[in-house]
Amino acid sequence: MNYFLTEEQQMIKDLAAKIAAEKAVPLVAELDETEEFPWEVMKTLASSDLFGVYLPEEYGGFGGGVFELCLVTEELSKVCCGMGVCYAASALGTLPILLFGNDAQKQKYLPDIAAGKKLAAFGLTEANAGSDAGAVATTAVRDGDFYVLNGTKQWITNAGEAEVYTVIALTDKAKGIRGASAFIVEKGTPGFTFGKKEKKMGIRCSATRELIFQDCRISKENIIGREGMGFIVAMKTLDRARPGVASQGVGLAQGALDHAVKYSRERVQFGQAISSFQAIQHMLADMATQTEAARALTYAAARMIDSGDENISREAAMSKLFATDVCMKVTTDAVQIFGGYGYMREYPVEKMMRDAKILQIYEGTNQIQRNVIGLALIKESAKKK
Amino acid sequence: MNIIVCIKQVPDTGSVKIDPTTNTLIRSGVPSIINPFDMNAVEAGLSLKDTYGGSVHVITMGPPQADEALRNTIAMGADNACLLSDRAFAGADTLATSYTLSMAVKKIGDFDIILCGKQAIDGDTAQVGPELAEILGLPQMTNVSKLIEVKETTIVVEQELEDGCEIVEVERPCLLTVTKQVNNPRIPSLKNSMRAKKAEIPVWKAADINADEARIGLKGSATQVVKIFEPPKRTDRRILQGDVEEMVTELVTELRKRL
Repeated sequence: MNYFLTEEQQMIKDLAAKIAAEKAVPLVAELDETEEFPWEVMKTLASSDLFGVYLPEEYGGFGGGVFELCLVTEELSKVCCGMGVCYAASALGTLPILLFGNDAQKQKYLPDIAAGKKLAAFGLTEANAGSDAGAVATTAVRDGDFYVLNGTKQWITNAGEAEVYTVIALTDKAKGIRGASAFIVEKGTPGFTFGKKEKKMGIRCSATRELIFQDCRISKENIIGREGMGFIVAMKTLDRARPGVASQGVGLAQGALDHAVKYSRERVQFGQAISSFQAIQHMLADMATQTEAARALTYAAARMIDSGDENISREAAMSKLFATDVCMKVTTDAVQIFGGYGYMREYPVEKMMRDAKILQIYEGTNQIQRNVIGLALIKESAKKK
Repeated sequence: MNIIVCIKQVPDTGSVKIDPTTNTLIRSGVPSIINPFDMNAVEAGLSLKDTYGGSVHVITMGPPQADEALRNTIAMGADNACLLSDRAFAGADTLATSYTLSMAVKKIGDFDIILCGKQAIDGDTAQVGPELAEILGLPQMTNVSKLIEVKETTIVVEQELEDGCEIVEVERPCLLTVTKQVNNPRIPSLKNSMRAKKAEIPVWKAADINADEARIGLKGSATQVVKIFEPPKRTDRRILQGDVEEMVTELVTELRKRL
């Protein structure tokens, strides 16, 4: 389908596809096995300027937005969803600074992030604060010119590999979530360490660790926005990052579909390629239609965000929900088309199905996305009265 | 360190077929690529520039479409490019080609090193680099597999030989032809891709480089391709099946018959 990309957007997409094909593909199976971070691919993305596509030109970026971010994420996720998330999670960690940071913070952090010299990560989730993000217990206590952080963030993507962390912590426990604030914490700050690397079902080349704060003192300059704005920072960030997760789903689904189409033409049973059977054709047709619909919704949501519209929670949630549910289904069907071979690690779709599952869980489970959409519908209806 | 890189746009040989009746290459629908060894030459030039500063100037002789190949090298980071394109250049063999390139090099003037791929994957002659060096009177090293060190007036390189390698120090200016071992060509950057899109690539005709008409194109060629043909396919191949011992026994028996 033609999405009428600008010349620049097409260039970004082609470049990301080239990196995926030439640099990522040879490493996909190996890194899934060894669970090593795809630094080589990240470095190529950096030297090709792709970490800056969504950042303003004044901070060394390309001047694009969420849409450009989605294009790169999709192309990477087509070959490896794990590499896709390493890239996209850095943007997630950067968005709080981009959206709410002051100019000094932007000057200090964005150019290195745009150049890919530093990765970023976002720290919200805790052991007892998953879907219930309001239950965060990490604290940040003001002490003169400093804040002192204590607590543990869990399952943080890019943790340990990233240099710049945006973290949500309570500055006023009594106020609950209205007492939350967002902070920038740099790797290497005394009192800031990482937990062990988690063993995951899929996206195994990506790094997932705890962020552990023990009397970690950071300058008061590191607060993003004002005290008490933390939850708003987190929610606005997630709204803008959701099409990014959706584009992981779109890319991964497309990758699985491409493998399934190719395989169905090669695999001979009953004396003919299985692609000649209507049963297979109909599966492929559904997979392709759903993937394209997911892409259209994702691009539309991303473009809506980039237009400056503030009222985007519903559309962002829809794109994440739909594209990642589609992705789970399409990757499962790809394994089905591959049959027994699809279940084997020697073939690519087994990993793709494992990778797909997390997309329905992280950055807001798909049940939470439905809550967001439902709530928006009710609010809208209530306004009309 | 100013570097000139000579490249050639070639059909992607992975997808080239020969027309069995006319014995000519079927070029239609075949994508063009930069000769892979020339990609190594471009990368070698760019990495020298990264380390020692200077500029990388890429030239090619070819039809107007070769402009695309030059833009790809700008996207990788080359500073300038120019296309030698003129009907009068058509039909050139390696001698006429290297003469034409030599005149372009003279027009560019200032350089420390000329880099070429060791050969092109379409003609496989490996002659243009050496001939260009001869015409320009430059020292040359072919099959360079490693750039070791740039000294004040020389460059130290490793040359691949049939039975090993040797390390040689060459006076600059010089010409080097490089192999695949020398590096891994980089992926373009977005900024350079944007620059490549807008770059002005001059087209130089025979008159622009003061070329002697008798030495260019078909007229200037000392050789002519008389015929291209595909070697007959071997039809007597057999794939052995069965357990290993049986297959080995059969293979040995068959080989003995042919001794």
